[in-house]
Amino acid sequence: MKTAGCDIGSRTAKAVIFENNNIITSAVIPAKLDPVESSEAVIKMALEQAELKMENIEKIVGTGYGQQEIPFAHRLESEIVCHAKGAWWNIPTARMVIDIGGQDSKAIKIDKNGKVVRYTYNDKCASGTGRFLEIMADALQVELDEMGAVGKTFTEKLNISNQCVIFAETEVVSLINDEKDVADILNALHISLANRVASLARSLTIEQDIIMTGGVAKNSGVFDALSDGIGFPVKSLDGIDPQINGALGAAIIASEL
Amino acid sequence: MSIVAGFDVGSLSTKSVIIKNNKLVGSAIIKSGPKPVESANKVLQKLLDETGIAQTDIKSAVGTGYGREKIAFIEYAISEISCHAKGAQWFIPSARTIIDIGGQDCKVIKLDNEGNIKKFITNDKCASGTGRFLDVMAKVMNIDVSELGKLSQKSTKPISFASICTVWAQADVIKHINSRRPAEDICAGINVAMANRVAMLTNAIKVENDICMTGGVAKNQGVVKALSSILGCRIKKVKKADPQLIGAIGAALFAQEKL
Repeated sequence: MKTAGCDIGSRTAKAVIFENNNIITSAVIPAKLDPVESSEAVIKMALEQAELKMENIEKIVGTGYGQQEIPFAHRLESEIVCHAKGAWWNIPTARMVIDIGGQDSKAIKIDKNGKVVRYTYNDKCASGTGRFLEIMADALQVELDEMGAVGKTFTEKLNISNQCVIFAETEVVSLINDEKDVADILNALHISLANRVASLARSLTIEQDIIMTGGVAKNSGVFDALSDGIGFPVKSLDGIDPQINGALGAAIIASEL
Repeated sequence: MSIVAGFDVGSLSTKSVIIKNNKLVGSAIIKSGPKPVESANKVLQKLLDETGIAQTDIKSAVGTGYGREKIAFIEYAISEISCHAKGAQWFIPSARTIIDIGGQDCKVIKLDNEGNIKKFITNDKCASGTGRFLDVMAKVMNIDVSELGKLSQKSTKPISFASICTVWAQADVIKHINSRRPAEDICAGINVAMANRVAMLTNAIKVENDICMTGGVAKNQGVVKALSSILGCRIKKVKKADPQLIGAIGAALFAQEKL
């Protein structure tokens, strides 16, 4: 049975096609203004990659902030449940999932069967979300997907004292004016973001294994700093793009329907 | 004849006043530069030029604001909390709660019946509820921040925000601009959001009448009106001086006392 998961996030739309407990293909596109269009475009891309048609897919589960708008979903499931499912399917020893999305961050505790035990999230403050990195990438004129690598080349340890994105941006501008190195500023920003999310995660009791998911997990600077911030090693998904984890979870749930 | 001066070097603007025989006789406001020393020197020059008073005639000067320790020509540096309390009471002796919204912070000060500071609370961690929030929004709206209050008055249906975060609110404003919501409704929503955030801080300290608002944001009638309706009490305005000058005035009053 072929199933699909579709995760319509605030910044990107993701789709996964799943069959016989395997990922056939996945697609990620930038979100469009209209979530309906996003969902149709991303599923079309995934179907084309797999050389399939919509009628070949038996069940589709939708998730993400735009889930209500997905016209072809048979069922909707919360992002929390989908992220838990995806990470646990990939790494059965996962007991905690930390997901940093474009506009929120979540910490989810799961049991040995992949069920959600407790969770906490922040979508009220842009600090500790992917938006923080986007704004800083803009201020520093660095590509979002290069930030991690550039930050790794830091030599001087700087400190960003403001949590607030607006105030931190001002701090970054004055560091630029002080002719500080971009790599050093990036490293400080990654630590700052990771610490913010670590304190969210620590509001639940930490349990290993801890898996980091979401687009921000691709930033190696934030990824490594998160382990330091939490005080326990954080793992990445095994061979899977961390950004598709929610859509993957949705596709797995679809296969169980 | 006693001539004294007060200087308030803030994060976004630097203010100065001259008080002569207990009367406000001159003031100057400039944008703060990156170096507080230079901002203070510049505002002093402007103040002297505008009043025609020579620096040597100033018998005493007090500095306040975040850059106060850096001012070269003052006798004392006194905290903003003390200076705002002092300045506000000079105009409104019955003031018991002072709400000061600065460029990058917000303070609520409670006074006892003698005018002593009983308690205060500050937000300088989150841009929401500070002057910065309005600056960001005005920029997106492509208007001057001073227009926000006036523009909002015609509104019948203010927009509402899902979150207090300046970043998310900015995204909401852009969305509303794109969907052609009237500017007055967007401005009114911005002012209400601002007032809501300030009220959160104010309520944490329990307000007492009379309430007086100081700082540049007190010039925005939209925020003052919204705040007074959320708090359920009238907010007294300082009418005889620019509310943005209250900190500098308080500093000058301290200078006068120290003569």
